[in-house]
Order: sequence, then structure tokens, then C-alpha cells
Amino acid sequence: MAEHFVQPPHWEVWITLYFFLAGIAGGSYTLATMLRLWGSPRDEATARIAFTWAFPLVVVCGALLTIDLGKPLRFWHMMINTTPGSVGLNFKPWSPISLGTWALLIFSLFAFVSFLEVITKRGNDRNVSGAMIVWNIIGSLIALFLASYTGVVLSVSNQPVWSDSYAIGGLFVASALSASAAFLAFMSRFRSDDALPTESRLGLADGYFVTIELIMIVAFFVTLSNAGELWRETAMPWVIGWILILASFIPSLMTLRGRGRTRYSASGGAIAASRAVVGTGTGAIIVIIGVLILRFVVIYSAQFQ
Amino acid sequence: MPEQVGFFTDTSVCIGCKACEVACKEWNQLPGDPPKYLDSFDNTGKLDAENYRHVKFIDLVPESANIITGNGAAWLMMSDICKHCTNASCMEVCPTNAIVKTEYNTVFIQPEVCNGCRDCISACPYGVIGFNEQTGVVSKCTFCYDRLQANMTPACAKACPTQSIQFGTLTDLHKKADARMAALQAQGYSQAQLYGRDDSVYGGLGAFFLLMDKPEVYGLPNAQNAKLPSRNNAKGYLGAFITAAVGVLAGLIAIRQNSDDSQRGD
Repeated sequence: MAEHFVQPPHWEVWITLYFFLAGIAGGSYTLATMLRLWGSPRDEATARIAFTWAFPLVVVCGALLTIDLGKPLRFWHMMINTTPGSVGLNFKPWSPISLGTWALLIFSLFAFVSFLEVITKRGNDRNVSGAMIVWNIIGSLIALFLASYTGVVLSVSNQPVWSDSYAIGGLFVASALSASAAFLAFMSRFRSDDALPTESRLGLADGYFVTIELIMIVAFFVTLSNAGELWRETAMPWVIGWILILASFIPSLMTLRGRGRTRYSASGGAIAASRAVVGTGTGAIIVIIGVLILRFVVIYSAQFQ
Repeated sequence: MPEQVGFFTDTSVCIGCKACEVACKEWNQLPGDPPKYLDSFDNTGKLDAENYRHVKFIDLVPESANIITGNGAAWLMMSDICKHCTNASCMEVCPTNAIVKTEYNTVFIQPEVCNGCRDCISACPYGVIGFNEQTGVVSKCTFCYDRLQANMTPACAKACPTQSIQFGTLTDLHKKADARMAALQAQGYSQAQLYGRDDSVYGGLGAFFLLMDKPEVYGLPNAQNAKLPSRNNAKGYLGAFITAAVGVLAGLIAIRQNSDDSQRGD
């Protein structure tokens, strides 16, 4: 059984919001790339929405991280070693915060270029250069890292709960993809009248992501149980948080259940895609708030008992 | 290069006078805290940015026991401090490299380099490091680095009236600790043990202890639980990678499946 005598770092509201928004920024960029690579041409409008949002979100992420520092003006110490006699770049691959700082910086560059690409183009036609596709693919890999490393930051500690489970990184990336899919499914409706098929695709993807998230929650609980620390999650008030998180899966699971509702014409062509429950305002908000609560519960339950 | 120095804290002779706490506060100009009235004589509570030394009072006297002269269970007292681990968890995770090893092999936080991210607090298994709201950076015992440079004994060891806290080179302290252990065992104290004397705990501790009971009784992780944060690096990233890969695959299936449908309808 694990024993902990550590003190909490008091990572609270700014870090919770950072973990949440970094997930949506990374997840949105990844989904946009996937829509470009594998979707139909009319998914391009939604891909552009995602690329448009990823950059501002990542800027907010940087601001949140900086605000949380005790010495915000020293944010650059994350990248530059100012130790007398050892001045140079700070890069510690074994420290997830160090690795994540660089990932955030590099992803900002990828998100910025993609942002410029979509805001300088007119129309929604998919006329993307090969170089930009490669750029998007590399950016997506970094985006997935950004969405997941925050969980590894927690695991690589000696805090109860966090250090007792190595499933948090996986849990965060699955939930980030789910929140991003819900966010984009909802946002796509404001961009194009022809967004219903895209919304349906994202709704289905969200259903799959939530299923993966559910599996990762089970893995998280099993690892905590093995360490004898499950009681921290089942105690009040955190158990209420977990109930709310599970409840937030309902719109996604309803969408997944209704995926066969696409209507077909007599010739066999689909004439209407089903409305994704997560694409409705209420559905999307429930899914997204559920992901925020997940971050909140995982971060706070380890620090406050 | 100076020889590695350390503290040997013999808890069997600690009388809980807190002279070490006072001396540490005076030398390091740490602010006094409003006293806390805890369960015992402990008014300090825990180690943090204002308390680099903390005398723990561990009450092992059972409430219902029939205690008479000669069979009572004693309280345990221990002057706790940063352990100056050979393999330090705080130093491992610190992203700014503000936490360094000095020429004396002690662990030191450079206040002008730290930016207050507090990752070290989440990593220190002993709950040693605290965040200072006034300075915006973290701090802990410096091993009186300034006194070491002037060939002076650290303030706490200098003030300890019972020699519970002994300062010296680690080689000498190990010999003293071994001798004291042998003496206690000869007297029948079978529970007595050295903590951090060997490398079973974080590669050995610069500040090691003679304990009169199990480490966990004193709030110290035992050898099985004394692990570095990096133990979760590979498993954490692997879990995230597999989940991300499955997620991308699931997204591909969803997008391709419905994409085919809609293209058929176009």
C-alpha cells in the first residue's frame, strides 16, 4: 500500500483551466487535421473553425500557466537556465513540466501558422498544399502530446492519487478529444448550413472518445485501488464530481446509440445525417463541463481531503 | 572539493525543547508564525517556507492502557528537516534547474532562479518544501549554506543541547550512528533503526536519523514507498500514447464511416 507524507502544491483554478483548455486546443487541432485528411470536402469548414480556435486557446493556456507562477515575470526560466555558471537552455526530458513547456511553445508556432492559413483563405474549398498537410500532421502529434502530458505531470510526483495512477495521461487525452469533438460539433453549426453531416461525424467520434474515456476511468480507479487510495475518490465531495462526470457522458452515449439513424433515399444515398446530441447547445455544454469537472476532481481530490 | 557533510539526528535523545527551531528561525531570519495549539506540544505543525526545522511530538501512549511507573510508553520526539537526499525528488522534477547540489552535496534552492511553479512541492515525499507568498518562490532548509562557507556549524546543530542533532562529515556521522545503534541494540531497543544511513532511501540521506520505531510512525516513507517521481514517466507516457493512438483510430473510423455515407448522398 502506498503511503504519502507530501504536501499539496496548491495547483488550483489556473492549472485546472490550463489543463482543460490545453486539452481542447490540442484535441481541436488533431480533429481538424483528421477531418482534412479523412473527412469529406465539406468538413473543411469545421476544420477551419478548429484551426481558428486552437491558436487563441493556446495563447490563453500560456497566460494561465504564467499567472499561476509565484513569479510570473520569470516564466522564461522554464526555458532558459539562469543558474550562475550554467546559463543555457533548460530541457529536462524526464521532467514533464519541462517537456510540456517546450511542447506548448512549439505547438503555439504550429497553431499560429495554421491560424494564419485559415484566416487568409476565402471560401470553404479544400485547397490545401501538401506542405500544409505535413505541417498539420506534425502539429497534431504535438497537439496530442499537449492534451495528454498534463496528466503525466500529475503522475510524475509523489502526491496521493496522482502518483498512484499512470492512467491520468490517457484519461486526459481521451477526455480532451471528447470535449473537442463536442465543441466542434456545436461550433460547426454556426459556420455552415451544410454542417449536419460533419456534426454527425463528430458526434459519432465523440461517442467513441467517451467510451475510451470510460475505460480509462476504470483503469484510473483500478490503479488507485491497487495503491489503497481509492477512498480519496469515493469520499465526499469528490464522489459527487464522479457522478456528474458519468452523467455528462449521456449526450455522447445517446449520440453513439443513434448513429444508425441516417436516412437513405430509394437509390441508397443518404439524404440526411442524424443530429448528434452533442451537437446541440445543451449536449455540447454538458459534455464540455463534464470534462472540466474531471480535471477539477482529479486535481483537487489529491490536494484537499 | 569539500567533503560531503550531513546531519545525524538521534531521536532517542531529543527532548523536544525546540532550540533547533528557534536557532534556525533566528539565523535564517524566518518570520515567526502565530502559534498553533495542536494535539501535543507541537505549535509548528509542519515544515514549510517559514519553518525549516520542525520538532515532531508523536504520542504513542494508548488511551486505555494501564500505565504505571515503569511500564509507560514514551512519546517519540524528532527534529525534522530537509533530508538532502542523494537522489532528490524535488531536484529531479524542477523545470528551471533552480534546485542544485552544492559543493557540500547538500540540496539548495536558488531563490533568484525559482519561478514558483511548485512542482517540487508535489514531488518532495517528506513535505519539506513550502511556498512563500511574500517572495513568490519556494524555500526550505539551506543546510545553513552561508555558515558552511564560513566553516561554521549549522545553527540547529549548534543550538541542540542534547546532541540529538549532530553535524559533521558523512563518513564520521555514519561511524557515530553505527556505534549508537549497536549500543541501543545491546540495551534491548530492538525497534531502533537507522533511516537514510544506507542507500535504500533515495540513494542515502544527507540528513539521516536514528529512529525508535518504524519510519512511517514518524511520518517518513519506508524503503518500499520511497520512490522518485520519474518512476511514472514511462508508464504515464505509454498509457497516454496508447490512448491517443486508439483515439485517433476511433476518430478515423467515425469520420470515414459517416464520410462515406454523406458522399453517397452528395
